[in-house]
Amino acid sequence: MIPAPFDYHRPGTLDEAIGLLSRHGDNAKVLSGGMSLLPALKLRLGAFGHLVDIGRIPGLEYVKEEGGMLRIGAGTRQRLLEDSENVKRHGALADAIPLIADPLVRNRGTFGGNLANGDPANDGPAIAIALGAELVARGPKGERTIPASGFYKDLFVTALGNDEVLTEIRIPLPPPRSGSAYRKLKRKTGDYAAAAAAVRISLNDKGVVKAAGIALTNAGPTPIHAVESEKYLVGKTLNDETIREASRLAAQAGKPSGDRRGSVEYKREMARVLAGRALRAALDRAKGS
Amino acid sequence: MAKHKISVTVNGAPREAEVESRLLLVHLIREVFRLTGTHVGCDTSHCGVCTVLLDGQPVKSCTVLAVQADGRSVSTVEGLEQGGKLHPIQEAFTEKHALQCGFCTPGMLMTCSALLEVNKKPTEQQIRQAISGNLCRCTGYLNIVKAVQHAAEKMT
Repeated sequence: MIPAPFDYHRPGTLDEAIGLLSRHGDNAKVLSGGMSLLPALKLRLGAFGHLVDIGRIPGLEYVKEEGGMLRIGAGTRQRLLEDSENVKRHGALADAIPLIADPLVRNRGTFGGNLANGDPANDGPAIAIALGAELVARGPKGERTIPASGFYKDLFVTALGNDEVLTEIRIPLPPPRSGSAYRKLKRKTGDYAAAAAAVRISLNDKGVVKAAGIALTNAGPTPIHAVESEKYLVGKTLNDETIREASRLAAQAGKPSGDRRGSVEYKREMARVLAGRALRAALDRAKGS
Repeated sequence: MAKHKISVTVNGAPREAEVESRLLLVHLIREVFRLTGTHVGCDTSHCGVCTVLLDGQPVKSCTVLAVQADGRSVSTVEGLEQGGKLHPIQEAFTEKHALQCGFCTPGMLMTCSALLEVNKKPTEQQIRQAISGNLCRCTGYLNIVKAVQHAAEKMT
């Protein structure tokens, strides 16, 4: 399978990339690792007149802690995150990276691409939402910061403008007594999630939840932010009963559609089970931190 | 649509080509450079038979544009043999009967050789993890795992 013809651009700087995007509007698309874009072009699910390859722009590939945040350059290959000590403090992210696609795809695929693609089946978005991440975008008018919870508008539609490039992902460093986890069910390596849940909790010194983040992967047209479940959790002590109720509320937020990965009922039930497992794992980690 | 002049180091030798933007790396390798050891399988980045090393890292060449390899080095299965001598992983595959139909073998060899470059003594779990993006429908992977371990022993 061969994509429809397009012009390929390889800008050397971000400004040059933004210039190209501004000039070509919705006929241009950013190419990063290409692990989602190229299959889509080959299957003719999409076509663009211009691809703007940001893969060689210097300064987009890094993982560092700075200003109370874990900062990940949008061009960072997923493979690099697998070995990063800084990532290990964020359990949900550390859980997720080895579960994304397969090792060969992670050698090319970038974390920024996983988020900016706008596919609710990608693992990054739910994790970014649950961890309270901020996404940094650069466009012709400069830089702006978008909370991950407000980034996803519809299926493959994000808050990014046609002329904007995602440059950085900022994840707040967890306070003491915090833990996060990601639990994913997939049929085989390389498949998208049948259901998956990302959870973050912070406890006070009495073990009561003072902050929570929960989101689901592949449970609707966008990543699902389980706000009701989060609200319920704050002020609770986690035990079998509260975990059951929080998981029920999380699954209820989802709007999955039935496909070869399962029926609506099955996916809802799996989201509930996985949210419960993620909550338990996050709790264990919070107690140990 | 403008064509692009690209330079790629293929199995150590500099090569040049003029390519369309949409040409895939696997087609550059097979149809322009005429190295047909690299196969096309699912063509959707699932099966891994098209695996080559791009700057030393295994990638699925059906999901990389030829222009993206400009200025990079590409290693294919043809480059494993050195001076008429098979690479230890190739010898191990024959000795441990790690292939039947052989269709996945070029990609499998590239992934396994890359693993042995960074991990001299991989565990069974690490091998299975490393090859999880390469599908084999004949062997059930048992003999492939044995072959990688055998090659690791040979290489130390």
